[in-house]
Amino acid sequence: MNIHEYQAKQILKSYGVAIQEGVVVNDNAMTESSVNQLKEDTGTDWVVVKAQIHAGGRGKGGGVKLAKNMEEAKQRVNDILGMQLVTPQTGPEGKKVNKVLIAQDVYYPGDSEPKEYYMSVLLDRALGKNVIIYTTEGGMDIEEVAETHPEKIWKEWINPATGLLPFQARKIAFNLGLTGVAMKGMVKFVNALYNAYVDTDSSMFEINPVLKTSDDKIIAVDAKVDLDDNALYRHKDHAALRDESEEDPTEVEAKKFNLNYVNLDGNVGCMVNGAGLAMATMDIIKLSGGEPANFLDVGGTASAETVEAGFRIILKDPNVKAILINIFGGIVRCDRVAQGVVDAYQNIGNIPVPIIVRLQGTNAVEAKKIIDESGLEVRSAILLQEAADAVSEVLS
Amino acid sequence: MSVLVNKDSKIIVQGFTGGEGTFHAGQMIEYGTQVVGGVTPGKGGQIHLDKPVFNTVAEAVSITGADVSIIFVPPAFAADAIMEAADAGIKVIVCITEGIPTKDMITVKAYLSDKDCRMVGPNCPGVMTAGEAKVGIMPGFIFKPGRIGIVSKSGTLTYEAVDQITKAGLGQSTAIGIGGDPIIGTSTKEAVELLMNDPETDGIIMIGEIGGSMEAEAARWIKENGTKPVVGFIAGETAPKGRRMGHAGAIVGGKDDTAAAKKAIMRDCGIHVVDSPAHIGIKMAEVLS
Repeated sequence: MNIHEYQAKQILKSYGVAIQEGVVVNDNAMTESSVNQLKEDTGTDWVVVKAQIHAGGRGKGGGVKLAKNMEEAKQRVNDILGMQLVTPQTGPEGKKVNKVLIAQDVYYPGDSEPKEYYMSVLLDRALGKNVIIYTTEGGMDIEEVAETHPEKIWKEWINPATGLLPFQARKIAFNLGLTGVAMKGMVKFVNALYNAYVDTDSSMFEINPVLKTSDDKIIAVDAKVDLDDNALYRHKDHAALRDESEEDPTEVEAKKFNLNYVNLDGNVGCMVNGAGLAMATMDIIKLSGGEPANFLDVGGTASAETVEAGFRIILKDPNVKAILINIFGGIVRCDRVAQGVVDAYQNIGNIPVPIIVRLQGTNAVEAKKIIDESGLEVRSAILLQEAADAVSEVLS
Repeated sequence: MSVLVNKDSKIIVQGFTGGEGTFHAGQMIEYGTQVVGGVTPGKGGQIHLDKPVFNTVAEAVSITGADVSIIFVPPAFAADAIMEAADAGIKVIVCITEGIPTKDMITVKAYLSDKDCRMVGPNCPGVMTAGEAKVGIMPGFIFKPGRIGIVSKSGTLTYEAVDQITKAGLGQSTAIGIGGDPIIGTSTKEAVELLMNDPETDGIIMIGEIGGSMEAEAARWIKENGTKPVVGFIAGETAPKGRRMGHAGAIVGGKDDTAAAKKAIMRDCGIHVVDSPAHIGIKMAEVLS
């Protein structure tokens, strides 16, 4: 589960990770008091207005702006709040900005130059261990650094039995070229960060940039936090951080029916039991001349209720020209699923696009008979290839 | 012969008396699998499905001689159940449970590293040796004893492959559902290696999906050590980057874990890759003839 920068920073702060402080607002009327509060708390002169959406590259799309006085701050908040922010990660339609973070300016001049670093904590799947990835090339896209300067990326694997060891934190600080107060600050930062990652059951932390300020403080200027959905049951307070307005509304609705749905750009909808078979079905739609309009896993029990909910969700997408239902009945009997499809079809009334139902497994032949004799505009198939051919035929 | 489980395997069911455990243990017994008992803490001494229930895995092992365990314990308690099985000396631990927190699985992985056992899963359909033992949730009737081994991350896509193999006039030795989570006990490479060394297996089907690097690792191993034909398929050619496709591990992170990149590596390593999931069975029949 993704959360906003301001929420992520609050979590980090509660674990002792130093952050760029800020106040979140959803109304420009709050700007003046927020800026004043921030100045009082941090002594900052300038402020940075940062769009709060679940996507990276916000600066590139004009979602992060510096303001040097109150008038400018209000202007920036006015510009960014409510804008449709387009970044390399949002897609061309962009995302609406409902909240902005008014944050302290941390690039103030001082005894030394401010310096940006990159640090992330995530799971190394191959080893089954957490790894801290870091580089001196902060503020840049890490994939770009991996491409152009792979030698500048360091990794520190953490032994699950010991956790992060003191020498590892020191190694990270020294590898980043830090000395004195800044070095000690980085050791503290890394320790607090890793502790927060483990304790919150996170799947990923990405702090880009980590900043050494001109007075040698080490702070998180941005924070991307992805929490492990499977562990939310033991972090009830984190579950409340979910911002459904950041998610596709259809995906949110699907979740209510325990359907695993991802909206895509294509023209053929699909409804499948099992995630692997669902992806394979999307692939076969493409091979049949279509493009998948969605991923939809109805799970282990494909009942009339789930099929009907699936139909209604897929049909919300006006680009859908055909629907392929692909169920491999193992434990679930195909004749029951077939009856479910017929009932759902009749409940919805008129479904304006052709439907192809492929039912294989337990009682597949009986299922085909139910579909064929229903009198509905539904094509039936048993073999996967037959379903693929039917998709081609419907699209041509 | 076959691998991991066979007609002589003595199997216990952890989470035996729960809804899932009861239903699937019943199906396993009906298939002829040698289920010798089950474990539900606090219900020791009862009889369930005509088999004894034990409080601990250790007790179940000492009394029944069980060497295989299948786990249907809810996600919050599943990691503990896996480690209990390992501690009791179970050799093959099959964990069906979906939704175990990753942090718990990091602990499990470290705990198992010096134990003499193999874990399959979690979040998997289980392991099945056709005609001998069904240690999982797959539909038994689609299997036919034969000489094709199957390795797959997914449940229903495994059934699809099994069914196609049967319809192609072939049959299965052992099907291993390795699971779709980010941390799993048996990797694609390890499962392929087991089947490559099995004298009862003539050909291997390897089914993967987007995310991670296990298929590439398996492909490179096959190139160096392969002695049998391998037919491969990777699901998710059409999956967009950065979106999780159902399985916790099925997400394209970089350019190396896309379906296209995995298929290219597999082809380079001599695997017969099919683009359509409808061609898995006929491809294997063609390769073997």
